[in-house]
Amino acid sequence: MAKEYRTIRNDVALPYQWALGRTWTRFFDGLKEERILGTKCDRCGKVYVPARSFCPVCFTDLMEWVDVKPRGRLVSWTVVNTSYHGQVKEPPYIVALIRLDGADCDFHHFIDGFNITDAGERKRKLRAGAKVKAVWSPSKNADIRDIAWFAPV
Amino acid sequence: MGNAVAIIGTGQTRHGRRTDLCYPDLVREAVTAALDDAGITLEDIDGVVLGTMPSMMEGVSSTHFYFAEAMGSLGKPVLKVETCGSTGQSIGHCGFFWVASGMADIVLVVGSEKMSEGDGQATMTTVFDPFFQRTFAAGAPGVFTMQSMEWMYRFGIPEEKGREAAALISVSNHDNAMDNPHAHIRMRVTMDDVKNARVITYPVRLLDVCPASDGACAVVFASRKAARKIGRKPAWIRGLGFRGEEFFYGESDKAVWMSATEAAGEAYRQAGIRDPLKELDVAEIYNPFTYQEMIFYECFGFCPRGEAPDYVLKGTFRKGGELPCDPSGGTLCTNPIGATGLIRLAEAALQVTGKAGERQVEGAKLALSHAMGGVDQFNGVTIVGSTL
Repeated sequence: MAKEYRTIRNDVALPYQWALGRTWTRFFDGLKEERILGTKCDRCGKVYVPARSFCPVCFTDLMEWVDVKPRGRLVSWTVVNTSYHGQVKEPPYIVALIRLDGADCDFHHFIDGFNITDAGERKRKLRAGAKVKAVWSPSKNADIRDIAWFAPV
Repeated sequence: MGNAVAIIGTGQTRHGRRTDLCYPDLVREAVTAALDDAGITLEDIDGVVLGTMPSMMEGVSSTHFYFAEAMGSLGKPVLKVETCGSTGQSIGHCGFFWVASGMADIVLVVGSEKMSEGDGQATMTTVFDPFFQRTFAAGAPGVFTMQSMEWMYRFGIPEEKGREAAALISVSNHDNAMDNPHAHIRMRVTMDDVKNARVITYPVRLLDVCPASDGACAVVFASRKAARKIGRKPAWIRGLGFRGEEFFYGESDKAVWMSATEAAGEAYRQAGIRDPLKELDVAEIYNPFTYQEMIFYECFGFCPRGEAPDYVLKGTFRKGGELPCDPSGGTLCTNPIGATGLIRLAEAALQVTGKAGERQVEGAKLALSHAMGGVDQFNGVTIVGSTL
């Protein structure tokens, strides 16, 4: 058997205070009111959700705010069945990409609201283009989890 | 492309769980091997380039300070470059730029990672923005799996067919790693082993996913003049490409994947390659996930979009196939992330210089190497040849 050498346990924990800035403060204030806000580029017409301060393609300031629908269609998904440090939810859970109605990019969030461990149920409910809608958290903190998850319609 | 640049030496550690060496000593193992291979000493080196994953991986910040002695950089100029998983290709490109510019004759490029010391998926998750996507990231498996699902949906690939092809990729890479003395995971697996392994992120299973490895790689880049003087058989850099795309996952199309497609396209233009499947002799693709490897085949023009599973199932990319991919066992069997993209380049150089031992592809003259970094965001490609 190979010789074992010593290791030393050490944890590094550092505090941060991240600024949301003007654009994302407004986006999260919107979530608190059960609104999903995007910004629209007046040059290429693309609607970004979450709202952005500038268009990544045109590099112009985005001034026009739009409400997108709290519903959309499933683009992709997976069941997470692996654990890591700092994970926010106990596996198994489903993460997904959702194209919200009115947006031109995909939104990353949870899918829930049915028996997700049942493979047959998943097959029936989760396919490309399946309709989903936002389920709001009863208590809100102006953060991304003000949306609890998206549920198949 | 600037002045001609050759790779004249490569060195790799034995990859795996290496508690026998502290992190700087692991780096030195690769550096010593590369110097020996090139037949040079530290005095011959004009500058050193280092790359690793973000500091969260091992909990030591800015490791070019920590490794100053181990990477032989005392009294020399040092560059530190990191682009997450594509780091190994980025530092290789950096070594190329340095020599091609004429500002150095010999540059040592070093990549390393000691993943047994930290939490790889927690570290990967810190690459995501803290407000929107980090909550849902689930490390590398979460996004790479969603990308693969999106790709299968887009091209109408039946789940069973994707599963079958991905399983064959796992079996092939594991078989290949048996030929590679440096590989971390060296065991044979069967199709059933892969299909019945524990689910990580459905439909991806344990044997579809790379390990977390300790390991380092070092590569010596030299000008034509220096290469001729030293006299080792060179692998010439024939072309390179690097592209990035939008940060937020879901904003760019990952089923077609512009950055991978155009990084390869740029490298092909420089190397004068028109039909990669026919012209390349071997490819070392950054393949931490079996399903994702198929998307790379398509982006690199090895087969039409949506048809990678068919090509995989007829054996095109296996040992003895039309274009053998990852004869080293690839990232799937060894992944010390900061070193991985450079290992791909080192393996490509070994192939075109006929030094790849048991994993040698007979008569290989032109090889592609590649790495991908971030949340599917960056891709880098380097092509090496036995002639300039």
